Amino acid sequence: MITAAPPAAARLRRWQRFTLAQRVTRSVFYLSVLVAIVWSLRSIEIIPEFLYDAPQQTVDLFARMWPIDWAWYPKVVHGALIETLHTATLGTILAVIMASLVAVMVARNITRSVVLNSIGRFILVATRSVHAMIWALFFVAVFGPGALAGTMAIAIHSIGFTGKFLAEAIEEAKPGPIEALVAAGAPPLAVLLKGYWPQVKPAFLSISVFRWDINVRESAVLGLVGGGGLGMALDTALSNLYWDQVGLVLFVIFVVVMAAEIVTALTRSRII
Amino acid sequence: MDASTPFKPAAADAERSLVIRKLRKEYRAGQPVLKDVSLTVEGRGMTAIIGPSGTGKSTLIRCINRLVDPTAGEILFRGQDLARLNGRQLRLARRRMGMVFQEYNLVERLSVIENVLCGRLGYVPVWRAWLRKFPAQDVERAFQLLDAVGLGDFATQRADQLSGGQRQRVGIARALMQEPDLVLADEPTSSLDPKTSVEIMELIARRAGERDIPVIVNIHNVDLARRFADRIVGMAKGEIVFDGPPRALQDAHLLQIYGGEGWLE
Repeated sequence: MITAAPPAAARLRRWQRFTLAQRVTRSVFYLSVLVAIVWSLRSIEIIPEFLYDAPQQTVDLFARMWPIDWAWYPKVVHGALIETLHTATLGTILAVIMASLVAVMVARNITRSVVLNSIGRFILVATRSVHAMIWALFFVAVFGPGALAGTMAIAIHSIGFTGKFLAEAIEEAKPGPIEALVAAGAPPLAVLLKGYWPQVKPAFLSISVFRWDINVRESAVLGLVGGGGLGMALDTALSNLYWDQVGLVLFVIFVVVMAAEIVTALTRSRII
Repeated sequence: MDASTPFKPAAADAERSLVIRKLRKEYRAGQPVLKDVSLTVEGRGMTAIIGPSGTGKSTLIRCINRLVDPTAGEILFRGQDLARLNGRQLRLARRRMGMVFQEYNLVERLSVIENVLCGRLGYVPVWRAWLRKFPAQDVERAFQLLDAVGLGDFATQRADQLSGGQRQRVGIARALMQEPDLVLADEPTSSLDPKTSVEIMELIARRAGERDIPVIVNIHNVDLARRFADRIVGMAKGEIVFDGPPRALQDAHLLQIYGGEGWLE
Protein backbone atom coordinates (compact mmCIF):
# COMPACT_ATOMS: atom_id res chain seq x y z
CA MET A 1 0.00 0.00 0.00
CA ILE A 2 1.15 3.48 -0.70
CA THR A 3 -0.14 5.35 2.36
CA ALA A 4 2.19 4.82 5.34
CA ALA A 5 5.80 5.37 4.35
CA PRO A 6 8.02 2.79 6.08
CA PRO A 7 11.78 2.72 5.42
CA ALA A 8 12.75 2.32 1.79
CA ALA A 9 13.67 -1.36 2.02
CA ALA A 10 10.25 -2.37 3.37
CA ARG A 11 8.27 -0.42 0.84
CA LEU A 12 7.14 -3.38 -1.22
CA ARG A 13 3.85 -2.88 -2.95
CA ARG A 14 1.40 -5.69 -2.37
CA TRP A 15 -0.85 -7.26 -4.90
CA GLN A 16 -3.64 -9.70 -4.26
CA ARG A 17 -5.92 -11.20 -6.84
CA PHE A 18 -9.09 -10.76 -4.81
CA THR A 19 -10.34 -8.07 -2.47
CA LEU A 20 -11.34 -9.02 1.07
CA ALA A 21 -15.03 -8.98 0.15
CA GLN A 22 -14.38 -11.29 -2.81
CA ARG A 23 -12.42 -13.72 -0.63
CA VAL A 24 -15.21 -13.87 1.96
CA THR A 25 -17.79 -14.45 -0.79
CA ARG A 26 -15.70 -17.25 -2.28
CA SER A 27 -15.22 -18.95 1.08
CA VAL A 28 -18.95 -18.81 1.76
CA PHE A 29 -19.58 -20.28 -1.69
CA TYR A 30 -17.19 -23.21 -1.16
CA LEU A 31 -18.67 -23.86 2.27
CA SER A 32 -22.20 -23.94 0.88
CA VAL A 33 -21.12 -26.41 -1.82
CA LEU A 34 -19.78 -28.69 0.94
CA VAL A 35 -23.01 -28.35 2.94
CA ALA A 36 -25.03 -29.18 -0.19
CA ILE A 37 -23.01 -32.36 -0.82
CA VAL A 38 -23.44 -33.60 2.75
CA TRP A 39 -27.13 -32.77 2.70
CA SER A 40 -27.65 -34.62 -0.60
CA LEU A 41 -25.81 -37.71 0.66
CA ARG A 42 -28.08 -37.80 3.71
CA SER A 43 -31.27 -37.42 1.69
CA ILE A 44 -30.64 -40.15 -0.90
CA GLU A 45 -30.92 -42.75 1.88
CA ILE A 46 -28.09 -45.11 1.11
CA ILE A 47 -28.79 -48.54 2.46
CA PRO A 48 -25.42 -49.85 3.66
CA GLU A 49 -26.24 -53.53 3.12
CA PHE A 50 -27.02 -52.88 -0.54
CA LEU A 51 -23.91 -50.75 -0.92
CA TYR A 52 -21.60 -53.45 0.49
CA ASP A 53 -22.61 -56.18 -1.94
CA ALA A 54 -22.96 -53.84 -4.95
CA PRO A 55 -19.70 -55.03 -6.58
CA GLN A 56 -20.82 -58.64 -6.13
CA GLN A 57 -24.23 -57.91 -7.66
CA THR A 58 -22.63 -56.14 -10.60
CA VAL A 59 -20.31 -59.04 -11.34
CA ASP A 60 -23.22 -61.45 -10.98
CA LEU A 61 -25.31 -59.45 -13.46
CA PHE A 62 -22.59 -59.43 -16.07
CA ALA A 63 -22.01 -63.14 -15.50
CA ARG A 64 -25.66 -63.82 -16.29
CA MET A 65 -25.39 -61.79 -19.51
CA TRP A 66 -22.55 -63.98 -20.68
CA PRO A 67 -22.53 -65.73 -23.12
CA ILE A 68 -24.55 -63.25 -25.16
CA ASP A 69 -27.51 -64.80 -26.97
CA TRP A 70 -26.42 -63.98 -30.54
CA ALA A 71 -29.15 -66.15 -32.00
CA TRP A 72 -31.72 -63.61 -30.81
CA TYR A 73 -30.23 -60.91 -33.07
CA PRO A 74 -31.75 -61.95 -36.42
CA LYS A 75 -35.06 -62.84 -34.80
CA VAL A 76 -35.88 -59.59 -32.96
CA VAL A 77 -32.97 -57.23 -32.43
CA HIS A 78 -32.09 -56.55 -36.06
CA GLY A 79 -35.54 -55.23 -36.88
CA ALA A 80 -35.58 -53.19 -33.71
CA LEU A 81 -32.18 -51.73 -34.55
CA ILE A 82 -33.33 -50.61 -37.99
CA GLU A 83 -36.45 -49.14 -36.42
CA THR A 84 -34.31 -47.21 -33.93
CA LEU A 85 -32.14 -45.78 -36.68
CA HIS A 86 -35.21 -44.81 -38.68
CA THR A 87 -36.78 -43.20 -35.62
CA ALA A 88 -33.65 -41.17 -34.94
CA THR A 89 -33.17 -40.10 -38.56
CA LEU A 90 -36.75 -39.23 -39.38
CA GLY A 91 -37.18 -37.52 -36.02
CA THR A 92 -34.08 -35.42 -36.64
CA ILE A 93 -35.21 -34.41 -40.13
CA LEU A 94 -38.61 -33.33 -38.84
CA ALA A 95 -36.99 -31.49 -35.94
CA VAL A 96 -34.53 -29.64 -38.19
CA ILE A 97 -37.33 -28.47 -40.49
CA MET A 98 -39.45 -27.16 -37.64
CA ALA A 99 -36.45 -25.77 -35.77
CA SER A 100 -35.31 -23.80 -38.81
CA LEU A 101 -38.59 -21.91 -38.90
CA VAL A 102 -38.48 -21.23 -35.16
CA ALA A 103 -34.79 -20.21 -35.35
CA VAL A 104 -35.55 -17.58 -38.00
CA MET A 105 -38.33 -16.34 -35.74
CA VAL A 106 -36.00 -16.14 -32.74
CA ALA A 107 -32.95 -14.57 -34.45
CA ARG A 108 -33.09 -10.89 -33.62
CA ASN A 109 -31.15 -9.81 -36.69
CA ILE A 110 -33.87 -11.24 -38.96
CA THR A 111 -37.06 -10.94 -36.94
CA ARG A 112 -37.21 -7.50 -35.38
CA SER A 113 -40.32 -8.14 -33.34
CA VAL A 114 -39.87 -8.74 -29.63
CA VAL A 115 -43.24 -10.51 -29.50
CA LEU A 116 -42.27 -13.03 -32.22
CA ASN A 117 -38.79 -13.48 -30.67
CA SER A 118 -40.41 -14.30 -27.34
CA ILE A 119 -42.93 -16.72 -28.81
CA GLY A 120 -40.08 -18.52 -30.62
CA ARG A 121 -38.01 -18.64 -27.47
CA PHE A 122 -40.96 -20.06 -25.56
CA ILE A 123 -41.33 -22.84 -28.14
CA LEU A 124 -37.61 -23.65 -27.85
CA VAL A 125 -37.64 -23.78 -24.05
CA ALA A 126 -40.95 -25.66 -23.85
CA THR A 127 -39.93 -28.43 -26.26
CA ARG A 128 -36.46 -28.82 -24.77
CA SER A 129 -37.37 -28.80 -21.09
CA VAL A 130 -39.65 -31.84 -21.42
CA HIS A 131 -37.53 -34.98 -21.73
CA ALA A 132 -37.87 -37.18 -24.82
CA MET A 133 -39.15 -40.00 -22.57
CA ILE A 134 -42.00 -37.79 -21.35
CA TRP A 135 -42.83 -36.73 -24.92
CA ALA A 136 -42.83 -40.43 -25.83
CA LEU A 137 -45.30 -41.21 -23.03
CA PHE A 138 -47.49 -38.42 -24.37
CA PHE A 139 -47.33 -39.57 -27.98
CA VAL A 140 -47.85 -43.23 -27.02
CA ALA A 141 -51.10 -42.06 -25.48
CA VAL A 142 -51.96 -40.19 -28.70
CA PHE A 143 -50.77 -42.56 -31.44
CA GLY A 144 -50.50 -45.81 -29.49
CA PRO A 145 -47.18 -47.59 -28.87
CA GLY A 146 -44.72 -47.92 -31.75
CA ALA A 147 -42.16 -46.12 -33.86
CA LEU A 148 -44.51 -43.24 -34.77
CA ALA A 149 -44.76 -42.17 -31.13
CA GLY A 150 -40.99 -42.46 -30.78
CA THR A 151 -40.35 -40.44 -33.92
CA MET A 152 -42.67 -37.65 -32.82
CA ALA A 153 -41.09 -37.61 -29.35
CA ILE A 154 -37.62 -37.28 -30.89
CA ALA A 155 -38.80 -34.63 -33.34
CA ILE A 156 -40.55 -32.41 -30.83
CA HIS A 157 -37.92 -32.73 -28.11
CA SER A 158 -35.10 -31.89 -30.58
CA ILE A 159 -36.68 -28.60 -31.71
CA GLY A 160 -35.43 -26.80 -28.63
CA PHE A 161 -31.79 -27.86 -28.92
CA THR A 162 -31.55 -27.51 -32.69
CA GLY A 163 -33.49 -24.27 -32.83
CA LYS A 164 -31.46 -22.64 -30.08
CA PHE A 165 -28.12 -23.33 -31.74
CA LEU A 166 -29.43 -22.47 -35.20
CA ALA A 167 -30.73 -19.13 -33.94
CA GLU A 168 -27.33 -18.43 -32.41
CA ALA A 169 -25.61 -19.28 -35.69
CA ILE A 170 -27.96 -16.94 -37.56
CA GLU A 171 -27.30 -14.15 -35.10
CA GLU A 172 -23.55 -14.62 -35.57
CA ALA A 173 -23.81 -14.12 -39.34
CA LYS A 174 -21.72 -11.16 -40.47
CA PRO A 175 -23.91 -8.12 -41.13
CA GLY A 176 -21.71 -6.78 -43.96
CA PRO A 177 -22.78 -9.17 -46.76
CA ILE A 178 -26.41 -8.86 -45.63
CA GLU A 179 -26.16 -5.09 -45.87
CA ALA A 180 -24.67 -5.39 -49.36
CA LEU A 181 -27.56 -7.53 -50.63
CA VAL A 182 -30.14 -5.23 -49.04
CA ALA A 183 -28.40 -2.27 -50.69
CA ALA A 184 -28.66 -4.07 -54.05
CA GLY A 185 -32.43 -4.17 -53.66
CA ALA A 186 -32.70 -7.90 -52.91
CA PRO A 187 -36.09 -8.93 -51.48
CA PRO A 188 -36.09 -10.43 -47.95
CA LEU A 189 -36.31 -14.04 -49.13
CA ALA A 190 -33.32 -13.55 -51.44
CA VAL A 191 -31.35 -11.99 -48.57
CA LEU A 192 -32.18 -15.01 -46.44
CA LEU A 193 -31.14 -17.39 -49.20
CA LYS A 194 -27.97 -15.70 -50.48
CA GLY A 195 -26.89 -13.65 -47.46
CA TYR A 196 -27.70 -15.72 -44.38
CA TRP A 197 -27.85 -19.30 -45.66
CA PRO A 198 -24.26 -19.53 -46.98
CA GLN A 199 -23.02 -18.18 -43.67
CA VAL A 200 -25.19 -20.45 -41.53
CA LYS A 201 -24.81 -23.63 -43.61
CA PRO A 202 -21.74 -25.14 -41.88
CA ALA A 203 -23.29 -24.63 -38.44
CA PHE A 204 -26.61 -25.99 -39.73
CA LEU A 205 -25.07 -29.24 -40.95
CA SER A 206 -22.89 -29.61 -37.89
CA ILE A 207 -25.81 -29.05 -35.50
CA SER A 208 -28.06 -31.45 -37.43
CA VAL A 209 -25.50 -34.26 -37.46
CA PHE A 210 -24.73 -33.72 -33.78
CA ARG A 211 -28.42 -33.84 -32.91
CA TRP A 212 -28.83 -37.01 -34.97
CA ASP A 213 -26.02 -38.54 -32.90
CA ILE A 214 -27.86 -37.66 -29.66
CA ASN A 215 -31.15 -38.91 -31.11
CA VAL A 216 -29.69 -42.31 -31.96
CA ARG A 217 -28.90 -42.73 -28.27
CA GLU A 218 -32.26 -41.42 -27.12
CA SER A 219 -34.33 -43.46 -29.54
CA ALA A 220 -32.49 -46.60 -28.39
CA VAL A 221 -34.23 -46.34 -25.01
CA LEU A 222 -37.57 -44.81 -26.01
CA GLY A 223 -38.96 -48.33 -26.42
CA LEU A 224 -38.93 -48.69 -22.62
CA VAL A 225 -42.01 -46.47 -22.58
CA GLY A 226 -43.47 -47.81 -25.83
CA GLY A 227 -41.66 -45.71 -28.41
CA GLY A 228 -40.53 -48.64 -30.56
CA GLY A 229 -37.04 -49.79 -31.51
CA LEU A 230 -34.28 -51.36 -29.42
CA GLY A 231 -35.84 -50.18 -26.17
CA MET A 232 -38.83 -52.39 -26.89
CA ALA A 233 -36.56 -55.43 -27.26
CA LEU A 234 -34.70 -54.44 -24.10
CA ASP A 235 -37.99 -54.17 -22.24
CA THR A 236 -39.07 -57.62 -23.37
CA ALA A 237 -35.75 -59.18 -22.41
CA LEU A 238 -35.73 -57.47 -19.01
CA SER A 239 -39.24 -58.52 -18.10
CA ASN A 240 -38.48 -62.10 -19.15
CA LEU A 241 -35.26 -61.96 -17.11
CA TYR A 242 -33.39 -63.24 -20.19
CA TRP A 243 -30.12 -61.61 -19.24
CA ASP A 244 -28.21 -63.01 -22.22
CA GLN A 245 -30.68 -61.16 -24.45
CA VAL A 246 -30.32 -58.01 -22.34
CA GLY A 247 -26.58 -58.31 -22.89
CA LEU A 248 -27.14 -58.53 -26.65
CA VAL A 249 -29.30 -55.38 -26.73
CA LEU A 250 -26.83 -53.42 -24.59
CA PHE A 251 -23.99 -54.53 -26.85
CA VAL A 252 -25.91 -53.47 -29.97
CA ILE A 253 -26.73 -50.06 -28.43
CA PHE A 254 -23.06 -49.62 -27.60
CA VAL A 255 -21.99 -50.44 -31.15
CA VAL A 256 -24.62 -48.14 -32.67
CA VAL A 257 -23.67 -45.22 -30.44
CA MET A 258 -20.00 -45.73 -31.30
CA ALA A 259 -20.83 -45.86 -35.00
CA ALA A 260 -22.93 -42.68 -34.74
CA GLU A 261 -20.05 -40.99 -32.95
CA ILE A 262 -17.64 -41.92 -35.72
CA VAL A 263 -20.04 -40.81 -38.46
CA THR A 264 -20.56 -37.50 -36.65
CA ALA A 265 -16.85 -36.86 -36.21
CA LEU A 266 -16.11 -37.64 -39.85
CA THR A 267 -18.95 -35.48 -41.17
CA ARG A 268 -18.07 -32.53 -38.95
CA SER A 269 -14.44 -32.56 -39.95
CA ARG A 270 -15.48 -32.49 -43.61
CA ILE A 271 -17.90 -29.60 -43.14
CA ILE A 272 -15.60 -27.34 -41.12
CA MET B 1 -8.81 11.53 -65.48
CA ASP B 2 -7.92 15.14 -64.96
CA ALA B 3 -8.83 17.04 -61.86
CA SER B 4 -9.73 20.17 -63.73
CA THR B 5 -12.71 18.63 -65.53
CA PRO B 6 -15.54 21.14 -65.25
CA PHE B 7 -18.77 20.00 -63.64
CA LYS B 8 -21.21 22.56 -64.98
CA PRO B 9 -24.84 21.44 -64.69
CA ALA B 10 -26.41 21.06 -68.12
CA ALA B 11 -30.17 21.30 -68.51
CA ALA B 12 -30.46 17.74 -69.82
CA ASP B 13 -28.58 16.49 -66.77
CA ALA B 14 -30.96 17.97 -64.27
CA GLU B 15 -33.13 14.85 -64.14
CA ARG B 16 -30.05 12.67 -63.64
CA SER B 17 -28.74 14.58 -60.67
CA LEU B 18 -29.15 13.81 -57.00
CA VAL B 19 -30.52 16.60 -54.86
CA ILE B 20 -30.22 16.41 -51.08
CA ARG B 21 -32.17 19.01 -49.15
CA LYS B 22 -31.81 19.71 -45.44
CA LEU B 23 -30.91 16.14 -44.62
CA ARG B 24 -30.85 15.51 -40.90
CA LYS B 25 -29.99 12.35 -39.00
CA GLU B 26 -30.16 11.90 -35.25
CA TYR B 27 -29.22 8.46 -33.89
CA ARG B 28 -30.10 9.91 -30.50
CA ALA B 29 -32.74 12.60 -30.26
CA GLY B 30 -31.22 16.06 -30.05
CA GLN B 31 -27.76 14.91 -31.16
CA PRO B 32 -27.70 15.31 -34.93
CA VAL B 33 -24.92 13.56 -36.82
CA LEU B 34 -26.00 15.31 -40.01
CA LYS B 35 -27.08 18.90 -39.49
CA ASP B 36 -29.47 19.81 -42.31
CA VAL B 37 -27.04 18.99 -45.09
CA SER B 38 -27.93 20.18 -48.59
CA LEU B 39 -25.99 18.97 -51.59
CA THR B 40 -26.59 18.61 -55.30
CA VAL B 41 -24.61 15.98 -57.19
CA GLU B 42 -24.65 16.29 -60.97
CA GLY B 43 -25.46 13.38 -63.23
CA ARG B 44 -21.85 12.44 -63.93
CA GLY B 45 -18.35 12.52 -62.53
CA MET B 46 -16.91 11.60 -59.17
CA THR B 47 -17.70 13.51 -56.02
CA ALA B 48 -15.41 12.79 -53.09
CA ILE B 49 -16.54 13.46 -49.54
CA ILE B 50 -13.64 13.98 -47.15
CA GLY B 51 -13.60 14.67 -43.44
CA PRO B 52 -12.54 13.23 -40.09
CA SER B 53 -13.95 9.97 -38.74
CA GLY B 54 -17.33 10.27 -37.08
CA THR B 55 -18.30 13.37 -38.96
CA GLY B 56 -21.28 11.88 -40.75
CA LYS B 57 -19.78 11.02 -44.16
CA SER B 58 -20.83 7.42 -43.90
CA THR B 59 -24.25 8.35 -42.53
CA LEU B 60 -24.77 10.73 -45.44
CA ILE B 61 -23.96 8.12 -48.06
CA ARG B 62 -26.04 5.46 -46.28
CA CYS B 63 -29.03 7.78 -46.09
CA ILE B 64 -29.03 7.92 -49.88
CA ASN B 65 -29.73 4.19 -50.30
CA ARG B 66 -31.51 4.07 -46.97
CA LEU B 67 -29.26 1.66 -45.16
CA VAL B 68 -29.76 4.45 -42.63
CA ASP B 69 -33.14 6.13 -42.28
CA PRO B 70 -32.86 9.92 -42.21
CA THR B 71 -34.64 11.84 -39.47
CA ALA B 72 -35.69 14.68 -41.77
CA GLY B 73 -35.01 16.09 -45.21
CA GLU B 74 -35.38 15.11 -48.84
CA ILE B 75 -33.23 13.06 -51.19
CA LEU B 76 -34.47 13.60 -54.73
CA PHE B 77 -33.26 11.25 -57.43
CA ARG B 78 -34.84 10.40 -60.76
CA GLY B 79 -38.16 11.90 -59.82
CA GLN B 80 -38.48 10.27 -56.42
CA ASP B 81 -37.86 11.34 -52.85
CA LEU B 82 -35.72 8.44 -51.64
CA ALA B 83 -36.25 9.49 -48.02
CA ARG B 84 -39.97 8.67 -48.31
CA LEU B 85 -39.78 5.29 -50.03
CA ASN B 86 -40.73 2.03 -48.36
CA GLY B 87 -41.05 -1.67 -49.10
CA ARG B 88 -41.12 -2.58 -52.77
CA GLN B 89 -40.65 1.00 -53.99
CA LEU B 90 -37.48 1.27 -51.90
CA ARG B 91 -36.13 -2.02 -53.27
CA LEU B 92 -36.77 -0.89 -56.83
CA ALA B 93 -34.89 2.35 -56.13
CA ARG B 94 -32.04 0.52 -54.38
CA ARG B 95 -31.37 -1.80 -57.27
CA ARG B 96 -30.49 1.26 -59.38
CA MET B 97 -27.83 2.32 -56.87
CA GLY B 98 -24.65 0.28 -56.65
CA MET B 99 -22.66 0.35 -53.44
CA VAL B 100 -19.01 -0.45 -52.77
CA PHE B 101 -18.00 -1.07 -49.16
CA GLN B 102 -14.84 -0.65 -47.12
CA GLU B 103 -14.87 -4.30 -46.04
CA TYR B 104 -16.03 -5.46 -49.51
CA ASN B 105 -19.01 -7.25 -47.91
CA LEU B 106 -18.87 -10.24 -50.22
CA VAL B 107 -20.67 -13.44 -49.29
CA GLU B 108 -17.47 -15.30 -48.57
CA ARG B 109 -18.66 -18.86 -48.99
CA LEU B 110 -20.11 -18.20 -52.43
CA SER B 111 -18.07 -18.25 -55.62
CA VAL B 112 -16.82 -15.04 -57.21
CA ILE B 113 -19.27 -15.26 -60.11
CA GLU B 114 -22.19 -15.83 -57.77
CA ASN B 115 -21.18 -12.79 -55.73
CA VAL B 116 -21.27 -10.73 -58.91
CA LEU B 117 -24.66 -12.22 -59.80
CA CYS B 118 -25.91 -11.13 -56.37
CA GLY B 119 -26.06 -7.69 -57.98
CA ARG B 120 -29.09 -9.02 -59.91
CA LEU B 121 -31.05 -10.13 -56.84
CA GLY B 122 -33.23 -7.05 -57.11
CA TYR B 123 -34.17 -8.05 -60.66
CA VAL B 124 -34.49 -11.83 -60.85
CA PRO B 125 -37.19 -13.91 -59.13
CA VAL B 126 -36.05 -15.61 -55.93
CA TRP B 127 -36.46 -19.12 -57.35
CA ARG B 128 -33.88 -18.35 -60.01
CA ALA B 129 -31.38 -17.21 -57.41
CA TRP B 130 -32.18 -20.25 -55.29
CA LEU B 131 -31.69 -22.76 -58.11
CA ARG B 132 -28.76 -20.75 -59.47
CA LYS B 133 -30.60 -20.40 -62.77
CA PHE B 134 -29.80 -16.80 -63.56
CA PRO B 135 -30.87 -15.58 -67.03
CA ALA B 136 -28.20 -16.37 -69.62
CA GLN B 137 -27.56 -12.72 -70.47
CA ASP B 138 -26.98 -11.94 -66.76
CA VAL B 139 -24.41 -14.73 -66.50
CA GLU B 140 -22.70 -13.51 -69.67
CA ARG B 141 -22.60 -9.95 -68.33
CA ALA B 142 -21.19 -11.18 -65.01
CA PHE B 143 -18.35 -12.86 -66.91
CA GLN B 144 -17.77 -9.70 -68.93
CA LEU B 145 -17.63 -7.59 -65.77
CA LEU B 146 -15.18 -10.02 -64.17
CA ASP B 147 -13.00 -9.71 -67.27
CA ALA B 148 -13.35 -5.95 -67.07
CA VAL B 149 -12.11 -5.84 -63.46
CA GLY B 150 -9.32 -8.28 -64.30
CA LEU B 151 -10.65 -11.36 -62.51
CA GLY B 152 -11.80 -13.42 -65.45
CA ASP B 153 -9.83 -16.45 -64.27
CA PHE B 154 -11.24 -16.37 -60.75
CA ALA B 155 -14.94 -16.80 -61.56
CA THR B 156 -15.39 -20.20 -59.93
CA GLN B 157 -13.14 -19.62 -56.92
CA ARG B 158 -14.64 -18.98 -53.55
CA ALA B 159 -14.64 -15.32 -52.57
CA ASP B 160 -12.75 -15.99 -49.33
CA GLN B 161 -9.73 -17.16 -51.30
CA LEU B 162 -9.14 -13.71 -52.80
CA SER B 163 -6.88 -10.91 -51.57
CA GLY B 164 -8.30 -7.60 -50.38
CA GLY B 165 -7.76 -5.84 -53.69
CA GLN B 166 -9.31 -8.71 -55.62
CA ARG B 167 -12.30 -8.78 -53.30
CA GLN B 168 -12.88 -5.08 -53.82
CA ARG B 169 -12.80 -5.67 -57.57
CA VAL B 170 -15.54 -8.27 -57.12
CA GLY B 171 -17.41 -5.70 -55.03
CA ILE B 172 -17.18 -3.21 -57.87
CA ALA B 173 -18.31 -5.80 -60.42
CA ARG B 174 -21.28 -6.63 -58.18
CA ALA B 175 -22.25 -2.95 -57.95
CA LEU B 176 -21.98 -2.54 -61.75
CA MET B 177 -24.00 -5.74 -62.25
CA GLN B 178 -26.97 -3.79 -60.92
CA GLU B 179 -26.76 -1.49 -63.96
CA PRO B 180 -26.85 1.41 -61.54
CA ASP B 181 -27.71 5.05 -62.19
CA LEU B 182 -25.47 6.01 -59.28
CA VAL B 183 -22.51 4.43 -57.49
CA LEU B 184 -21.96 4.96 -53.79
CA ALA B 185 -18.57 4.02 -52.35
CA ASP B 186 -18.04 4.04 -48.60
CA GLU B 187 -14.29 4.17 -47.91
CA PRO B 188 -13.53 1.72 -50.75
CA THR B 189 -9.77 1.93 -50.28
CA SER B 190 -9.35 2.21 -46.51
CA SER B 191 -8.52 -1.47 -46.05
CA LEU B 192 -6.11 -1.61 -49.00
CA ASP B 193 -2.45 -0.85 -49.56
CA PRO B 194 -1.51 2.41 -51.37
CA LYS B 195 -0.88 0.87 -54.79
CA THR B 196 -4.05 -1.21 -54.75
CA SER B 197 -5.97 1.84 -53.53
CA VAL B 198 -4.97 3.78 -56.63
CA GLU B 199 -5.93 0.86 -58.88
CA ILE B 200 -9.32 0.53 -57.22
CA MET B 201 -10.06 4.25 -57.51
CA GLU B 202 -8.99 4.16 -61.14
CA LEU B 203 -11.28 1.23 -61.78
CA ILE B 204 -14.29 2.90 -60.16
CA ALA B 205 -13.68 6.16 -62.01
CA ARG B 206 -13.18 4.45 -65.37
CA ARG B 207 -16.14 2.05 -65.17
CA ALA B 208 -18.49 4.76 -63.93
CA GLY B 209 -17.16 7.09 -66.64
CA GLU B 210 -17.93 4.48 -69.32
CA ARG B 211 -21.48 4.19 -68.11
CA ASP B 212 -21.64 7.96 -67.65
CA ILE B 213 -23.07 7.72 -64.15
CA PRO B 214 -22.19 9.75 -61.05
CA VAL B 215 -20.07 8.36 -58.20
CA ILE B 216 -20.15 9.56 -54.61
CA VAL B 217 -17.19 8.32 -52.64
CA ASN B 218 -16.29 8.73 -48.98
CA ILE B 219 -12.57 8.74 -48.65
CA HIS B 220 -9.97 9.40 -45.99
CA ASN B 221 -7.10 9.84 -48.36
CA VAL B 222 -7.03 13.47 -49.49
CA ASP B 223 -4.45 12.76 -52.20
CA LEU B 224 -6.63 10.09 -53.77
CA ALA B 225 -9.61 12.42 -53.59
CA ARG B 226 -7.62 15.17 -55.33
CA ARG B 227 -6.38 12.80 -57.97
CA PHE B 228 -9.61 11.12 -58.99
CA ALA B 229 -12.52 13.35 -58.00
CA ASP B 230 -14.04 16.09 -60.10
CA ARG B 231 -15.42 17.70 -57.01
CA ILE B 232 -14.52 17.59 -53.36
CA VAL B 233 -16.94 18.06 -50.50
CA GLY B 234 -15.37 18.62 -47.09
CA MET B 235 -17.39 17.77 -44.01
CA ALA B 236 -16.79 18.61 -40.38
CA LYS B 237 -19.10 17.95 -37.45
CA GLY B 238 -22.08 17.02 -39.60
CA GLU B 239 -21.89 20.01 -41.91
CA ILE B 240 -20.41 20.78 -45.30
CA VAL B 241 -17.55 23.23 -44.85
CA PHE B 242 -15.96 22.99 -48.29
CA ASP B 243 -17.37 22.34 -51.73
CA GLY B 244 -15.41 22.84 -54.89
CA PRO B 245 -13.02 21.40 -57.48
CA PRO B 246 -9.85 19.69 -56.20
CA ARG B 247 -7.59 22.57 -57.23
CA ALA B 248 -9.58 24.95 -55.00
CA LEU B 249 -8.84 22.80 -51.93
CA GLN B 250 -6.15 24.65 -49.96
CA ASP B 251 -4.34 23.79 -46.75
CA ALA B 252 -6.52 26.31 -44.95
CA HIS B 253 -9.56 24.27 -45.94
CA LEU B 254 -7.97 21.06 -44.73
CA LEU B 255 -7.27 22.67 -41.39
CA GLN B 256 -10.88 23.75 -41.23
CA ILE B 257 -12.11 20.25 -42.14
CA TYR B 258 -9.82 18.18 -39.94
CA GLY B 259 -8.98 20.79 -37.27
CA GLY B 260 -5.71 21.03 -35.40
CA GLU B 261 -2.45 22.01 -36.98
CA GLY B 262 1.08 20.74 -37.37
CA TRP B 263 0.00 17.52 -39.17
CA LEU B 264 0.05 19.33 -42.50
CA GLU B 265 3.66 19.50 -43.64
